[in-house]
Amino acid sequence: MDCDDAIHKIYGFLDGELTVWRRREILRHLDECPPCAQGYDFEMELRQVIAMKCRDEVPPELKRRIAEALGYTSPEA
Amino acid sequence: MADQADFAELAMPYMSALYSAALRMTRNPADAEDLVQETYLRAYRGFGGFREGTNLKAWLYKILTNTYINMYRARKRRPEQVELDDGEDFYLFRRLGGLEAVEASRSAESEILDKIPEAVVKEAVEALPDTFRMAVLLADVEGFSYKEIADIMDVPIGTVMSRLHRGRKRLQKRLWSLAEERGLVSGAPSGVAGQ
Repeated sequence: MDCDDAIHKIYGFLDGELTVWRRREILRHLDECPPCAQGYDFEMELRQVIAMKCRDEVPPELKRRIAEALGYTSPEA
Repeated sequence: MADQADFAELAMPYMSALYSAALRMTRNPADAEDLVQETYLRAYRGFGGFREGTNLKAWLYKILTNTYINMYRARKRRPEQVELDDGEDFYLFRRLGGLEAVEASRSAESEILDKIPEAVVKEAVEALPDTFRMAVLLADVEGFSYKEIADIMDVPIGTVMSRLHRGRKRLQKRLWSLAEERGLVSGAPSGVAGQ
């Protein structure tokens, strides 16, 4: 497996969507290729950053509205 | 068959995740609130059809997605950004100098990631075209599998993969240009032709 091939498949790897055999192939490449391994770490970190920074708090007013619309008195109660 | 009396207890814990996704999709709090409320109402009414033991979170996201399409996509005014080039794999990492100099300090790229403000990440996600944005949110923010996303978006798995692939590259490209605009990164590092 060369770098281009590894980089292309790394997203599937990160998504947990590759077969055991493919995973092993990529891991072997990452072991031998520090730049790709760094890239892998970076992509993993980037994904965590995106997930973390895309969180918003639900306005309490919305919770109340939905509870009311569904006939519950309070979502907290 | 699911019992409607259990609905609140089971479905309410997902409100924060659904609201965040709704905000990214509608791009404004008032619409996001309406979308989430409508999603819960539809889910409540349809809860009898939910098969217990299957994935409730995925089921709620499917309702959110369909509701969004019904309520907002039809009356959308904002034109999609035309962007012909998706960028390449590892776009951001390459721009930050990765893959070039193995000896260079490796923490530099990670430091940049920490520095990217929340508003910039949100803006970059929200700039993606609808279908890409939904796929990226479902995979990268919510961690759904390709199969679950295919089911939620009602498209084949191959379509999910291509939307994810293209969406992620565009997202990285956008993050880079926003980071540049805000002076978070200074031009191109050594060895990389910036633009």
